[in-house]
Amino acid sequence: MALLEVRDLSVVFQRKGEEPFTAVDGVSFDVQPGQTVGLVGESGCGKSVTAMSIMGLLPKRGNRVTGSARFEETELLTLSDRQMRDRRGRDLAMVFQDPLSSLNPVIPIGLQVTEVLERHRDMSRKKAMVEAANLLDKVGIPDPRRRLDEYPHQLSGGMRQRALIAIALACRPRLLIADEPTTALDVTIQAQILALLAELVQDTDTALIMITHDLGVVAGLCDEVNVLYGGRVVERAGRHDLFQVPRHPYTHGLLASIPRLDAPKGERLSPIRGSVADNIPWTSGCAFAPRCPNATDTCVEVTPEMEPDTVGSVQGPRLLRCHNPVAPAAQEVNA
Amino acid sequence: MLRYTVRRLLQLVIVVGVLSLLLFAWLRSLPGGPVSALLGERATEATRAQLTEELGLNEPIFVQYWKFLSRAATGDFGVSTGVQPGDTAGEIFLQRFPATLELSILAIIIAIAIGIPLGYVAARRRGGWLDNLSIVGSLIGVAVPVFFLAFVLKQVLAVDLGLFPTAGRQAGGIDATRVTGFFVLDGVLTQEWDAAWDALRHLILPAIALSSIPFSVIFRITRAAVLDVLDEDFIRTAESKGLTTPVIRRRHVLRNAMLPVVTTIGLQTGALLAGAVLTEKVFAFPGIGQALALGFERRDYPVLLLLILCAAGVFVLINLLVDLSYALIDPRIRTTGGAR
Amino acid sequence: MSTRTDKIDALAKKAGQIGDDPGVSVAAAAWKRLRRNPVFLIGLGIISAFILLAILSPFLAPHDPTDPMLGDQVVKARNEIPESQPGHPLGGDQVGRDLLSRLLVGSQQTLLVGVLATLIGLTGGLILGTLAGALGGWVDTVVMRAVDVMLSIPGLLLAVSIGALFARPNVYTLILAVSVVQIPVFARLLRGSMLAQRHSDHVLAARSLGVKQHAIVFRHMLPNSLGPVIVQSTLVLAISIIEAAGLSFLGLGNPDDRAPEWGQMLGRAQNVIDSHPQLAFWPAGCIIVVALGFTLMGESLREALDPKSRR
Repeated sequence: MALLEVRDLSVVFQRKGEEPFTAVDGVSFDVQPGQTVGLVGESGCGKSVTAMSIMGLLPKRGNRVTGSARFEETELLTLSDRQMRDRRGRDLAMVFQDPLSSLNPVIPIGLQVTEVLERHRDMSRKKAMVEAANLLDKVGIPDPRRRLDEYPHQLSGGMRQRALIAIALACRPRLLIADEPTTALDVTIQAQILALLAELVQDTDTALIMITHDLGVVAGLCDEVNVLYGGRVVERAGRHDLFQVPRHPYTHGLLASIPRLDAPKGERLSPIRGSVADNIPWTSGCAFAPRCPNATDTCVEVTPEMEPDTVGSVQGPRLLRCHNPVAPAAQEVNA
Repeated sequence: MLRYTVRRLLQLVIVVGVLSLLLFAWLRSLPGGPVSALLGERATEATRAQLTEELGLNEPIFVQYWKFLSRAATGDFGVSTGVQPGDTAGEIFLQRFPATLELSILAIIIAIAIGIPLGYVAARRRGGWLDNLSIVGSLIGVAVPVFFLAFVLKQVLAVDLGLFPTAGRQAGGIDATRVTGFFVLDGVLTQEWDAAWDALRHLILPAIALSSIPFSVIFRITRAAVLDVLDEDFIRTAESKGLTTPVIRRRHVLRNAMLPVVTTIGLQTGALLAGAVLTEKVFAFPGIGQALALGFERRDYPVLLLLILCAAGVFVLINLLVDLSYALIDPRIRTTGGAR
Repeated sequence: MSTRTDKIDALAKKAGQIGDDPGVSVAAAAWKRLRRNPVFLIGLGIISAFILLAILSPFLAPHDPTDPMLGDQVVKARNEIPESQPGHPLGGDQVGRDLLSRLLVGSQQTLLVGVLATLIGLTGGLILGTLAGALGGWVDTVVMRAVDVMLSIPGLLLAVSIGALFARPNVYTLILAVSVVQIPVFARLLRGSMLAQRHSDHVLAARSLGVKQHAIVFRHMLPNSLGPVIVQSTLVLAISIIEAAGLSFLGLGNPDDRAPEWGQMLGRAQNVIDSHPQLAFWPAGCIIVVALGFTLMGESLREALDPKSRR
């Protein structure tokens, strides 16, 4: 029994006077307790919206969410606002992209930590302050007791993100969703934060959904990876399998486009041609077809379904949504 | 923080200095010359000569300015010629200032008590009927001249319906003890409840009329500020923590939205003073607003000079206080020493 | 042709049609939104009607607004004023002139006062603000200190003080007083806009290409400030009309009340408001509607030009 089971999740945005826009189009995946799952894709592929709809953080109006997201057997999408509020922070938590704007600028850091503790663990202010100092210490913030009284603008970017992670994990949620947590940080800090995340989720046996567009992040962290394109999952595999034998042309293209230090001088980069705006809606075939090197007429006529793929599945079962996947023989071994 | 305060105080001094220069120039430009202006028409030759001497009109302009400043410093602005003939301008100011202050305070309280909650709700239910209605209401509030609103209130509620007194500050029959000069407060302090209540009744209509000016602005600024804050990322974080709505509203939304609102309230005092001139005239309310209106009508220059200087001075002071309080409220300014 | 390439062609064509056409100016984009905004349209309607009225009123007015034709119906001792009667649907004023005609023709003076006061304020503020913002340095400091002082005196009081300088107030002193109050507002607006642009990339680019200073100011910086200036002008128009009414109420206005003006009519009506409220309500109503019209236009313009607009 999975910790989180997402089935056929769809989110359609509808603003006054505009065309409805399907941001998430039938996404399904599982997260096991203690597992780290990656949601990978370019901007606009629907990964953040997926996370926000699971957490119930989408605006009340202007969108329609269908499908199912079952967390520990409870259907989240039909819960009332109050019921969802009880769970957020306590059972499932989220860390966002920009650490500075994600913190309230006019109240001290300590208060931003203790308010979660007071809310869900019923602690008194005094006790919560002590616990808050412990939490800040655990995420590697030096001199935590002094930090409690400081304001967000007095901390560096890395420290703020650490504080946000501390806040998210304060009540020991079973599931943590991290939405591009390192994108806004310097590269050196990125590595630190990711290492911190890996360590923490292992210590507390917390499941982690890692949302990112950066394959390097995925490679270091995730047990299982879902690749999203145009609001749908197009490939799912274990980390090693995915990187060794990428099957979907999109995944393959992503990996091939990463510049390599050991490439011969003068070798050209190989981007994926076209852009995300060149989607075809999924109802008329495969959304990736206009950009796909393997595309055939079938690809634009028949919408591919998510099906088990036996090629290159050393780690475990893998799923693939493609009519003309990349053959393993044609690939280099990705170290 | 200290450096910031000092810097602002210096600015205040400069502004007051330039203001005094302007007023001095103004005094010298009055029709008929300063002596006629300050003494009125029926002054004897002897008094004229004496004033000419005191103002130093036969001496170089620097001396005149210096004499002007020293007279001002000692509070000598001359004797009223039209508003309350016989009383010095200074006396008039001291008598009437508490009245206008009391009126303004009540007006601001009304504007805040209605404007801020309404602004918050309008922002939360953006596009709803309350939002649209309030916006239209506040726009109309700006378009209606305050003295006309005062007229209508007086006519309908005081004259026709007799619910409120039509003029003045306290009914003639009531014998009240004066402590602070604030009639309502005095009544409360001396426990003369009927006096306090009567004073309050006299304040309500002019205060409502006067409050229409700051209300519109406070409402719209609150609404805009709350809308801005609701879009911020840290509200999303607060929601993701599962905090209750009242906590988010108090600690995250309002605490941030109030920053621009507080500045606005300070700036509104200037508009209040201007509105007081018109409102007090309609309600014959004996404050400095009425003194200014009468002074202008009857060309009572001593009174005008003093009141304009005081009005400007009060406004500048309040702006300074608002700026300083901003530094206190916003920790980003407080902890970086006022660097903005 | 395979279905695949057909599909891709269709897709490409569709992508080319999405969104605004390239090369749409800010003004054109704002106009497209405004066209459908009911608040703007109402304001525009009111203003157009007002301007039209001001132009055509001498022809529309049934009678001469300066002629006390009903004078024999005015009995000062008994506080009688001509009531509504055939040929005079609104009755007469305190001197016996037809109220309706005065109301209609009064739009001219009112518009004149508003427009002139705004223009003078705008010009003054433009000069000061552009100088301060574009030149910076000590010019900026001096000008802005002066502006601060002017802003330190509440508007009406400043207008009153200026009015007091003139022994015999007339309509021009009124306009002057109101406009002087608006100068610092425009000055601060322009200066802020100039200041923000001095460090912007497009100005930097122009400077690096050797474009002369005055050309930069006039051809590159000022046009970008146009938006907020237009918004402020409409709002200032509304404010000017209301302030002028207030000043008339206090006695600053034109003592010669033969040529009608709404603010002045409202001021004169205060004596008889208990017995004959219509003399106050009609001009007040006109002022309110027109001021509302300008305010609605100004606010919707502001929202349309605001890059952060929530649509």
